[in-house]
This record gives sequence, C-alpha cells and structure tokens, in this order.
Amino acid sequence: MVDDAKPGLSRRGLFGLTGAAVVGAGVGFGVDRVLTPEASSSGAAAVYPFFGEHQAGIVTPAQDRLHFASFDVSDISRDELKELLEDWSYAASRMTAGQSAGEFGPADGPYDSPPDDTGEALDLPPAGLTITFGFGPSLFDDRFGLSSKRPAALIDLPHFPGDALVDALVGGDLCIQACSDDPQIAVHAIRNLSRIAFGRAKLRWSQLGFGRTSSTTRAQVTPRNLFGFKDGTANMRAEDTALVNKEVWAGGSDWMAGGSYLVSRKIRMTIETWDRTSLREQERVIGRNKGEGAPLSGGTEFTEPDFSITGRGDAPLIDEESHVRLAHPTTNAGATMLRRGYNFVDGNDDLGRLNAGLFFICFQSDPREQFVPIQLSLARNDAMNEYVRHVGSGIFAVPPGATENRAIGAGLFD
Amino acid sequence: MTQRRLVAGLSLGAVAMLALAGCVANNPTDSDSTALTVDSSATSCTVSSDEAPSGNVVFTVSNSGDQVTEFYLLADDGLRIVGEVENIGPGIDRNLVIQARPGNYFTVCKPGMIGAGVDKTAFTVTDSGVDFATDEDLAAQIDAANANYKSYVKDQVENLVVGTEDFAAAYKAGDDDTARELYAPTRVYWERIETVAESFGDLDPSMDLREADLEEGQDWTGWHAIEKDLWPQDAEAGFEAYTQDKRDALADRLVSDTDTLYANVQDLEFTLDQQANGAIGLLDEVATGKVTGEEEFWSHTDLYDFQANIDGAKVLYAGIRDILIEKDAELAEQLDTEFDELQNLLDAQRIGETDFTLYTELTDDEIRAFSDQVNALGEPLSKLTGVLVL
Repeated sequence: MVDDAKPGLSRRGLFGLTGAAVVGAGVGFGVDRVLTPEASSSGAAAVYPFFGEHQAGIVTPAQDRLHFASFDVSDISRDELKELLEDWSYAASRMTAGQSAGEFGPADGPYDSPPDDTGEALDLPPAGLTITFGFGPSLFDDRFGLSSKRPAALIDLPHFPGDALVDALVGGDLCIQACSDDPQIAVHAIRNLSRIAFGRAKLRWSQLGFGRTSSTTRAQVTPRNLFGFKDGTANMRAEDTALVNKEVWAGGSDWMAGGSYLVSRKIRMTIETWDRTSLREQERVIGRNKGEGAPLSGGTEFTEPDFSITGRGDAPLIDEESHVRLAHPTTNAGATMLRRGYNFVDGNDDLGRLNAGLFFICFQSDPREQFVPIQLSLARNDAMNEYVRHVGSGIFAVPPGATENRAIGAGLFD
Repeated sequence: MTQRRLVAGLSLGAVAMLALAGCVANNPTDSDSTALTVDSSATSCTVSSDEAPSGNVVFTVSNSGDQVTEFYLLADDGLRIVGEVENIGPGIDRNLVIQARPGNYFTVCKPGMIGAGVDKTAFTVTDSGVDFATDEDLAAQIDAANANYKSYVKDQVENLVVGTEDFAAAYKAGDDDTARELYAPTRVYWERIETVAESFGDLDPSMDLREADLEEGQDWTGWHAIEKDLWPQDAEAGFEAYTQDKRDALADRLVSDTDTLYANVQDLEFTLDQQANGAIGLLDEVATGKVTGEEEFWSHTDLYDFQANIDGAKVLYAGIRDILIEKDAELAEQLDTEFDELQNLLDAQRIGETDFTLYTELTDDEIRAFSDQVNALGEPLSKLTGVLVL
C-alpha cells in the first residue's frame, strides 16, 4: 500500500485533479537528469514521448537493450489497482523524459526519507528509454471486476508441441517492457517501477536482453541472434503504415482500440549443439545464408525468398522444414507480426552450458490470427526445433497510449 | 525428436565418394589454404587463377547469373569429379574446399544444372611439396563401411522387432512387471540406430514422441505413451490408467510401426558423410535429451538410451576410423580417447551387464561430468564429416 502523503510518489498533479499542462515534453519537472530536446531521434540523447495515441516501445526503432518484467497483482482493491497504474504512468512519463522516477530525485528530498529515485540513472542520458505496459489474461478474473473487459483476442495460449515451459517463467497479471540503448537505464526503470508497486504488485519473473534481434524501422541494419544469423530481415517496419495499422494496432472502439497484443516467449537455444553443426545444416535450418542473410533461393538479404526454386534432385533450395519458409506469411495464410525480440544469456545452467537464447517479443492486432497459427506451424515442423526450447511464455493486452489526463489502462475503469 | 541429418546429407553422398580422390595424410588444418574466386554467370565461369599449389584450395563461387548453378573441379580426363558444390542460388556465394593433389584438372560451371556446363577451363595444381597418402583403398574401405553399417542397422531392427513383440505381449496381458523389465533393454535397439529410425518422418512421431511434443488434440502413441502408463507415479493428479482397449491399440500400433521400420531399413545405403553425420547426430541426441533426463520422463531409464546412442555412434565411428586415420590421425586419436572417457563414466553407473542407475539417482556432479564429457567428445566429433569429405 502506498502512502499518498509520502512525497515524491504522488501523481495527483498529473492524472488526478489539476490535470494536464504539467507534462508536455517534460517541461515543468525539475531537471535532474540530462534533458535533451524531444526531436532527438538516435543515440544516447534520444527521447521518445511517453504520451500518445499508441504506447511507445512498439514501432519505436528497436533499442539495443531490454528489461522485461511480469508482475502479479497483490490482494488489493480495484481502486488501488487503478492508482497503481496512475503511479506507474506518472513515473514512466518522467523517466522516459530523462527525469527521476519521483519529483525530488535520488539526491534530494527530506533528509530522513529514502530518495524517491534509486539513483543509478543520475548523469546518464535518457538513451531512448521506452516503457510499455500490458495486462495478462489473469488480470481479468473476478478480483477487480474486470472480467467483462477481457478482450476476446487476449486468449490463454495453447500448448505448442515441444513446449518445455517452466511455471516460474510463464504468465503474469501485468507486464512492463523497458527498452533503452543503455542497459542501466532499462534496469533503472524496472527497478523503480517495481519499488513503486511494492505491496500492490510483485515481480513474477523478469528478463534482461541485449542485442535487439529485429529492426523495426528501415534505417536500422539487421542484427544477429545467438545462432549467428541475421534475424528479422523480413520484419514489418514502422514505415509500412498501412500494414502496421492492420497487423499491429487493435481495432474496434473499446478500451483496447489503438492498443496491441504482446506475446513473449523465452526461447532457450542449445547453442553448444548448434555450434557443432555443419554450415550446410545451419543454413538448411534457417533457409538463409549465414554471411549476408540472403535467402538460399538467391539474391541479397532483402530479396524475397522464392520457395519454388529447386536444385539437385528437384529438392527445393529453401528446405521444406526451414525456419524462413515456415515463418513466412505465404506459408501462414498471410499472417505476420511485428517482432521485437532480444538475445539473452542468463549465466549458465547446472550442466555448464550457457543459459542463452532469444527472448522473443511480438506485437499484433490479434494473436489468434497471427502468433498462434505461425507458432503452431513452426512447432510442428521447424528444423530449428532441434536446437531451441520454449521455456517461458506470456501474452498481454497492451492498451493504447496514455495522455496527460488519462493514465495507462484508464479505459479499464470507465 | 526429429533428427534429419541423414536425409539432409543425401545429396552430399555422391560427392563425398568422389571427393576422396584427392586427400592428404596431414592434418588439413596445418596447411595454408589457397583462396580463389569463381564467377559463375549465365555464359561464363571465371576462376581468379588457372593454377594453385597443392594442398588446401578454397574456391569461393559467386553466382552472378539468374539460375541455380554448380561448380566442378574435374580430373584430367575432364569427366571424373574431384570436387563440386551444388545448389548455389542466384547472387549467392558458397565455398568449395578441397585438398588438391598436383596434376592437371578442369574447372567448369553448370548454370541451370543441366548440360555439359560452360567455360570448361584447364586448371593446374603445382607441387608444393605437401605429402599425400595413397588413396587406392579408400573406395573399397567406404564400400566395406557401408556394408557393415547396413547389416548393423538391420540386425538392430530385427532385435527391436522381436523385443517389441515380447514387450507388447506382456503389456497387453497386464503383466506390467515384465513390461517394465523389457522396456529399457528393448528400446536400446531403437536408440542405437536412432538417427536412421528418425529419418522416416512419419514413423518417428508415431513411435517415439514425448508428451511435451504433442500438440493439443493430437493422439499420443508409441513407446513413451506406454511408458507413462507403466510408471504413473510421476503423472499429473487425476491421471487414469489406460483401459484394456487403449493398451491393445497402443501395443498393436507399436508392433506394426516396428514392422514398417523393419521393411524400410532393408534397402538403405549409407554414404560416408551419412555415417559420419550419423555418429554426430547420435551424440547430439545424448546432449539434448539424455544428459538432461528428458527422454525417459517417467521410467528414468535415460542411461540405457545414453549407452545405446553411444553404442551406435561407436559402431559408425569404428567403420570409418581407418579412413579417418589416413586423413587426420590426430583427430582419430582424440576421438578414441574421448569415447573411452565417456564409456568409463557410463561403466561406473552400470549395474550388472545390462542395467544402469536411474537418472533420478544420479548426483548433480555425476550429471555434470556426463555433460562435460559429451561436450569434450562432441566438439572433435563435429569435425568428422568435414575432414572425411574434404
């Protein structure tokens, strides 16, 4: 339970009584971190506005680092849940603008109180921080009177063949995706938001990621995943406005309009086995060459794969079980989604193998038509299954963006 | 799990046999390579040089045409293939690495993969002084290895057929004690040739699928479905023992699938690279399923499978070891050592002649030692195919 009288965590000036004018582009807050113009679009100085029609961190150019956290809501009331979301929105609006989580900052405020910001982001630029909130299916049970608000698209994911899910890495009532080009900034965001939630929501699982594994804008070069292959070459880009509107943003006119659906999958890669695999087999599994990322049917990285081209013995150059073929929209009745995953290495396991893989994140307008059929096709036949294991999973309704007057998820309580 | 390496390697098979024509006795990594480029267009096949010193030669073939192309290094008769690289899509680069002996050769590209090819050009390999072993016996050795492995596979599947019939009969008769006793020792015949069995895409899921591999609504058949019924103590709450009808159906299906497997393996041929990849694939099976105790989720008899995978890998390795010694004696020596080390670890868990400690009774340190040794063997073993077909 948070004490409303405690200085620093109040969001009353923002979402409560007096409202809007305060925030804007960060004007009106004490400048306790390096503030840069909103127009900055790249590098350490980048600032992405927290407020808007859609939440940031979806079509935003994928930053290099991730801290993703899933929370379980404690035994609190509906009003307290609403307050939590307001407090989170307030702190997120500040941190994404390069400010401290609370109004005093890490080195100021009452001398007998702990600082309202943990401090490790002091002296650091915003580094393109985005904070994206989502609601899991379990939030819509009978605890908060939200069951009638559960969107049909927020399904419980089915069991996919080969799933090796670990309970402690699955689900959650709430999620926060913090992305930044500086890992310390992303961690700072999750740390402070977790702190704000103590007593109201508790961490269920969290994940650090490095090395984005997809591009979300044309200007970005295609990065590589831990298999050493380019990943996300065919990802949709923010510039594909019509496609993004159709495939990423939830339609309709209810509280989710302008939101999206996030599916996360923690995919462990058995990289030791993969690394012992011949280049021939690696390229067969992926369906692209390793150096450039060109489809094996020919061309360069961005050449559209031609699944009909055959080689010796009339065998297709892009194998029937290759990842690129099975994940391709033409194999999935046109289904596609915006991918925004990250590599991870969580130390090593008990067997001395790197606990490494891909923290897969995707956004879509309806997972029933997008993630689920695509993953089913992959789980059945993908040659890559030999080298991956899905150990964590989450699905979250990502509401539309907040405004100066309405916190994240305010539509739930209308 | 599906391990399709044997199938994937099929197109390479013919190449491997022929490429053996040029090979050296030293460790190939000791010598410097000569790097050449080849531009394969619709009408030309331009090699950056028409000669190279004997030893390793790397041709980087770039397909600048608009059809799938192939590149060949032909012997001095212009017919016999010394090395080739196939299935190069338009715009794609791919390497052909060979150990070239001194002599006269031809280079030629085959855009469109048909006809005699374009730009057949003389290519000379000068004598750099690298020693080459005699290779007269290699073809015969490969034939012998293939013949031996064919009979091994058939013999294992014959044993599997007989064992499965006994197992199925006991299970149908409700003699669960006997069925439990027969389970692991019978599966050994499957696990020894697992990469071959798994190359039959429909049989593998029908016979060896684990529960986690199912998709919603899919019928579960095969060994592990029966395993759960025989060792239900770890099953989820509410798990009900199978009915007699279900037992009969599962047992009959397993027997008939095994008969199909038997029929399927009668005419198999194994090329050199398939044998090498088979050994690598069996060790991968150990690394992904057995070391982690995931294969025998209910019976915990993973070490039986572990030993059987290693048995199969050793048979494959033994068949091609003589060929390897001529190509890379150091690698052979390393593999001998690592196989022995792994066997020592397995022997320490052996109970009597054929039984093993259950996975759940292994200590963390013992599991870790297995995993470390699988890695120690796996890394050199993964070089096997590349060394043999070079």
